[in-house]
Amino acid sequence: METLEKVLTPEEQFQARIDADIRIEPKDWMPDAYRKTLIRQISQHAHSELVGMLPEGNWITRAPSLKRKSILLAKVQDEAGHGLYLYSAAETLGTTRDQMLADLHSGKAKYSSIFNYPTLSWADMGCVGWLVDGAAILNQVPLCRTSYGPYARAMVRVCKEESFHQRQGFEIMQTLCEGAPEQKAMAQEALNRWWWPTLMMFGPKDEDSPNTAQSMNWRIKRFTNDELRQKFVDMMVPQAEFLGLTVPDEKVKWNEERQAYDFGEVNWDEFWSVVKGNGLCNHERLQARVQAHEEGAWVREAANAHAAKRAAREAVAA
Amino acid sequence: MNQSEWPLWEVFIRSKQGLDHKHVGSLHAADATMAVQNARDVYTRRLEGVSIWVVESKHIHASNPDDADAFFDPAADKVYRHPTFYEVPDSIKHM
Ligand SMILES: [Fe+2]
Ligand SMILES: [Fe+2]
Repeated sequence: METLEKVLTPEEQFQARIDADIRIEPKDWMPDAYRKTLIRQISQHAHSELVGMLPEGNWITRAPSLKRKSILLAKVQDEAGHGLYLYSAAETLGTTRDQMLADLHSGKAKYSSIFNYPTLSWADMGCVGWLVDGAAILNQVPLCRTSYGPYARAMVRVCKEESFHQRQGFEIMQTLCEGAPEQKAMAQEALNRWWWPTLMMFGPKDEDSPNTAQSMNWRIKRFTNDELRQKFVDMMVPQAEFLGLTVPDEKVKWNEERQAYDFGEVNWDEFWSVVKGNGLCNHERLQARVQAHEEGAWVREAANAHAAKRAAREAVAA
Repeated sequence: MNQSEWPLWEVFIRSKQGLDHKHVGSLHAADATMAVQNARDVYTRRLEGVSIWVVESKHIHASNPDDADAFFDPAADKVYRHPTFYEVPDSIKHM
């Protein structure tokens, strides 16, 4: 064993640890490309949590009851927390919070395209929780076993909090579906708009996702985009049926042989167009984010000034 | 570090009276008071803690993972430190 280890390059030793499912920790040696891939993925994930607060924040003041408002506030606050866990995980790889935020605000960094769609009715709060958080959970559960320790630990915490997000969304949908015909129609209309964009959340088709193989090899990713998309359809079609809603895809059909649902093709032109910045809300979301950051500058400065003053006072007293 | 970025703090939480504080993650804050308050908001929204410690990350000193094999090696060949090393006759109870 010892003689074997001596001939292994650092890359080979690293891969051997990955293959043995030994987690990589911040100070461990890692290939540059592994570090870069993780910084990109974790910071994109963090940005998504942050920008993801905006479409739901849109409805906090207009929630139909105090109960719904409290729930929505708690959910949005959780998403801020998720962003913080993830930024912290990314920082262990040597980037800084300021750098990541600068990249988000300049448009250099990406976030999940789903948040570039508008939330037009209250039923959208149902669809966001039920479908968007549902898709996020499918993505995130395997990440609890991802090879980078701080990322995996952050995801464990995130996953614990996510399940209430999906349930409260489903409950909104269920309430609407059991209500007046107009309410049910509102639920169906929201599902019609959100179904396809949520399928896009899993990313491009496997054959158009050149980085997947490397990410799977490093055990950053545990399932391919298409595998997760299939799981999502299999999970959601029966739930939509339970609600008495119809998924807006004529090709959805149970395939006895595959023991899975067949479904239609995502509009990939739309997907790439939104990724490139031409979604309905790309501009608005980024602007809101930058504005929040700039308008919060005085708070950050004041806190620094206050901390310095207090430290000086304590130094004198000591 | 530029002026806008607050220092980084490591957060440790005692989840229940009687248990030890455990590292849960990190956050940025201007000073210790704010770090404790932020830790409450970020890490204990669901009653996950009864006590919080924060330590500025720059004050943490760690062993070097590259030396881990040699560093922890002295403990590797001392099986007699474990109770299972000793054979106790079957007739002896309560040992
Ligand atoms: Fe989240
Ligand atoms: Fe969520």
